[in-house]
Amino acid sequence: MSGIGEPILELKNISASYDAISVLHDVNITVRRGEVMALLGPNGAGKSTVLKIASALMRPTQGSVHIAGHDLTGAAASELARLGVCTIPEGRGIFPNLTVRENLEMAARKGLSVSVIQERAFARFPILAERRTQLAGTLSGGQQQMLSLARGLATDPVLLMLDEMSMGLAPIVVADLYEQVQAIAAEGVSVLVIEQFARTVLGIADTAVVMSHGHVRFSGNARDVDEATLSSAYLGTK
Amino acid sequence: MTALLEVRSVAVRFGGVMALSGVDLDVQKDSITGLIGPNGAGKTTLFNVICGIRQPTTGVVLLDNEEINGVPTQKRSAMGIGRTFQRLELFTTLSVFDNVLVAAELARVSNPHAVAREQIELLGLTDRADTIAGELPTGSARLLEVARALAGRPRLLLLDEPASGLDDVETQQLGVLLQQLKSLGITVLLVEHDMSLIMKVCDQIHVLDLGNVIASGTPDQIQHDPSVIDAYLGAVR
Amino acid sequence: MQQLVAYTVIGLTTGAIYALASSGLVVTYVTSGVFNIAHGAIGMIAAFSYWQVRFEWGWPAPVALFAILGVLCPALGLVIDRVALRGLAQATEVTRLTATVALMAAFIGIATWIWPPENRQPFRGFFDGNNVSVLGVNVGWNKIIALIAAVVVAGGLRILLYKTRLGIQMRAVVDDRSLAELNGARPARIASASWALGASLAGLAGILLAAEVQLNVVPLTLLVINAYAAAIFGRLKSLPLTFLGAMALGLTEAYLLWGQGQSWFPETIGGFSTSGLRQATPTIFLFLLLMLLPQAKLRAGAARVRERSAIPQWNTAILGAAVLVIGSIAVTGMMTRSNTIYLIQALIMALAVVSLVPLTGYAGLVSLAPLTFAGIGAVLMSKMPGDGNVVSLIAVVVVVALIGAVVALPALRLEGIYLALATGAFALLVSILVFNQGKIFSNGVAEVPPLRLPGVDLSQPRPKAIFLSVAFAVVGLLLVALRRSSLGRQFVAMKDSPLAGATLGMNLVRTKALAFAMSAAIASLAGALDAGKVAPDNYTFDRSLPILLLAIVSGVGSIGGAFFGGMLLGSNTVLASIVPSVSNITQVMPGLIGLSMGRNPNGTASQIATGFRPVTSHPQSLLTALSGIGALWLLTSVDIISHWGFFAALVIWGLGIVPNLPALAVTSGRSRALCLLIAAVGMGIAAFFDDIFEAVPTGGRLLAIIVLFVVVGNAIRRIHTPVAPTSKSSPDLMGLTGFTPEELSQSDRAIKVVP
Repeated sequence: MSGIGEPILELKNISASYDAISVLHDVNITVRRGEVMALLGPNGAGKSTVLKIASALMRPTQGSVHIAGHDLTGAAASELARLGVCTIPEGRGIFPNLTVRENLEMAARKGLSVSVIQERAFARFPILAERRTQLAGTLSGGQQQMLSLARGLATDPVLLMLDEMSMGLAPIVVADLYEQVQAIAAEGVSVLVIEQFARTVLGIADTAVVMSHGHVRFSGNARDVDEATLSSAYLGTK
Repeated sequence: MTALLEVRSVAVRFGGVMALSGVDLDVQKDSITGLIGPNGAGKTTLFNVICGIRQPTTGVVLLDNEEINGVPTQKRSAMGIGRTFQRLELFTTLSVFDNVLVAAELARVSNPHAVAREQIELLGLTDRADTIAGELPTGSARLLEVARALAGRPRLLLLDEPASGLDDVETQQLGVLLQQLKSLGITVLLVEHDMSLIMKVCDQIHVLDLGNVIASGTPDQIQHDPSVIDAYLGAVR
Repeated sequence: MQQLVAYTVIGLTTGAIYALASSGLVVTYVTSGVFNIAHGAIGMIAAFSYWQVRFEWGWPAPVALFAILGVLCPALGLVIDRVALRGLAQATEVTRLTATVALMAAFIGIATWIWPPENRQPFRGFFDGNNVSVLGVNVGWNKIIALIAAVVVAGGLRILLYKTRLGIQMRAVVDDRSLAELNGARPARIASASWALGASLAGLAGILLAAEVQLNVVPLTLLVINAYAAAIFGRLKSLPLTFLGAMALGLTEAYLLWGQGQSWFPETIGGFSTSGLRQATPTIFLFLLLMLLPQAKLRAGAARVRERSAIPQWNTAILGAAVLVIGSIAVTGMMTRSNTIYLIQALIMALAVVSLVPLTGYAGLVSLAPLTFAGIGAVLMSKMPGDGNVVSLIAVVVVVALIGAVVALPALRLEGIYLALATGAFALLVSILVFNQGKIFSNGVAEVPPLRLPGVDLSQPRPKAIFLSVAFAVVGLLLVALRRSSLGRQFVAMKDSPLAGATLGMNLVRTKALAFAMSAAIASLAGALDAGKVAPDNYTFDRSLPILLLAIVSGVGSIGGAFFGGMLLGSNTVLASIVPSVSNITQVMPGLIGLSMGRNPNGTASQIATGFRPVTSHPQSLLTALSGIGALWLLTSVDIISHWGFFAALVIWGLGIVPNLPALAVTSGRSRALCLLIAAVGMGIAAFFDDIFEAVPTGGRLLAIIVLFVVVGNAIRRIHTPVAPTSKSSPDLMGLTGFTPEELSQSDRAIKVVP
């Protein structure tokens, strides 16, 4: 599937730094329509920074961010969200002190009422309907992740970005969630998945980018990422 | 060889989450010991326990066979523990020289100015001695953290990701420096994501995952340990 | 029984008002992260404005209420959020705190200006004179309305936060700001909404309270202390707990009031009158709550402070000290007696301001109580045997230093906003419980004896002024020595990163206590050396605020900055005596200067100093600048130009033209001629200010002056260097700071070749 759709997310020559610490060096990433891209790499490789820049939570020191062909470098995160970029950050992406219903309501906007969001969310994850009045913080890890996915998807995004969704979750729950992600991609949504646990996500990804030290080390077909490349990126084996 | 630092069944609980669940590990005298593991494995928490910023829920920490659990943070430097921070904690409005000088003065060394000069020279920061620390580029700032920790004359030096933000040349120089420290009789415990650095300089490596030590051994053993590879790459789907 | 009901009703009413005020404070704090010290001052302004429209202009109550709570307060909240605080999102907590302190000072100044105490009609509550009978007790309508309002607001807030989109977004922002943003929420707008809401709640509380305590600037402003206490009870986040705390506070106060009328209630405890106890209840409540807060954890994340002061050099310090002493000898020789007394006041202020240099400037700790320590110093000096000999002075300084350290000890567990509040609570407690005692200030006055030095009579103004400048010089030199010492480095290190300090062996408690002790010792000098009759009013909490403000604004890390700040405070009275019509401006000035923090966290003085650097570093420009001022002075003294004209011309000359002098020197040809023309026209308008603005009231005249100097300054700057200012964030109101470093050095170089 890779390389067929038009580019949805393009990061061009991105460099970024926290205060004086530079964390990304000239990173180029393109996610096309309907494609699932796995963004892999060890800790400190700069994966989460890529996501922050793509979702406009952080500004690059150099380079530009394009969404569906429009240059949106420097736009506000809320603006991108309204344009159909859905980001689920590391750590579940829910508001723990809001109920399930209120969490869903956060996605409401002009032309998208709460009831529509609930309808769509509960159709995808029926378990959430049972828990609609519960505080999101009291849900299980898997349900919390479902909630954030459900909320994001109810907005009909063009681009879905997921950061370390599997962290702290049982493998079976992770498998379930990634099945949903695959289904979403089949509906034509582009997906960028950040995972430390490479094997988990390579099974569903079309393309992959491997990063380390803020550089892109590999970019191409997901099938071409082999254990040796990964081991050397992660553990420094030769 | 004898152990300078012994961590015995140390557990730390944050609310309902176990950040460390019964960690046991030794750091041998005059060695460079690596501490690696995926994000959230508990490495920084362990550092905080060792230098007294956080008390363990259970378990003990021994320095040179002496239990140091109740010793407050500020007294541990006098016992010979020094550290650097993953997120830089420099005295940003003091000059490079004064950063190190404060450390030497706090350690009550007999000639703090000389000690400060010596450490700055060792880390190659002499040219920047008068620069305000907040204006240093990352590489130099990391090195300054090391110099400052060294000015306290530690026996055990805890380094938290000293190579992050360093370029390849600087990382190489850091590796050389670590070897040098070892030959000066300073024991180093090193948390680092740069595996090539870890594998090159460490005598011994402990791997932490989800609050547990899942493997210990030489760099070669660790690189070929299947449980370590699984911890990093995730289970096969 | 009937009494119990009566006092319970009083308690609940008071509690209701506190609840209204504190809920506004909490709503603003949680959504915007700014703890609004000026919250009470907003309530005060609202109360005065309501009085204005309701009783002076006779608007019907509903219209007046809507105008104040529905229009004025939200607008005020929005302006504060947008104008004063928006630029401070990345600034340190100290800076943000100072900005709201500045607001408070500005509001107090504005209220005293617009509504002078002389002509105040009584403030009547709602349905004044009509009572309702509750369980056999007559209760005024205002009280009933306060209770109803609290219930309605509690319910309304509940609905807002749980049932509306805006409320859910507010809670979401509190939970996870960036996630809310990723979901399309706009945290900045939500913060603005919460400021508008918070200001309205403060306004409602202020209006209800005014009916109970009448219109009085300070008590109404200090309503906020009660709000703090209740808000801290709710840990600055829980609204139900905040309401509960407010009610408990109100009831405690009421029952104490009741008790004080009873025979069994002790009039004195240990020889001290208990009369201030009820008034002090909220403050005691606040202090205790703060003490009960858990120890602040050592947090990672070194301060990303932008403000920085260079290490003071001995040669400049000694030169400065010498200039100060010689200057004061020379100047006092020419001054009238009354002007010398003004100078003395300014020097005392300078000592109070400089007391914050080791504490706030070096160690990064905020104190809202510098004058309290000065007051303790004055009281001790007046009680000390020895009638002003040097040994008593030393004893006083040592004792106050110890008090400073001891007071600081419990507070040292706290950080940032909590520490500041604790020092504020301490200041109020000392004011209410100690300074108000008859045996401390007999008949409200204490006599501080002049220091007795051999061969000098310090009861005379001139020797006293010279002695004070010597004292300031000595303190300044000691502070330079401190900053250059190991302890001084430790203070700064602690400010930058307490965590790193602790791991290197720093005893944070000891270091903080030392900083407080030194600060208290210096402040005590400001009291003990201020010989003469002093009143407790000199040392109140609200007077400490401008001290902190000017210290921070003028650059708290530097002694010169502190001197500048003290002179500015002292010059208020001088300026007012020269130009009587501007006396009101001088009251608002500290607050307005403080508000510039919002645009410039480094302190105005440093910024202005940068702007003036090309001038001060070139003798010719400096000479021109000074002779201009001299000429203006001459013209005024021979009555060619009026006081207003002098003031206007001074502003335009000093801020609009002088900074451009070096550039004017290097420009040539037509643009230079054009610049000179603009300058001349500006000065011309200024000189005949009175004739031109004959019919315009004070406020309009001020505005005219500001517009004039902005126009003149910017026009000149634009013409000779047609480059846009490099930094958008600089308060380039006067074209002072738009020079790039390159431009500066260029003009530096160029000026050297100008004959």
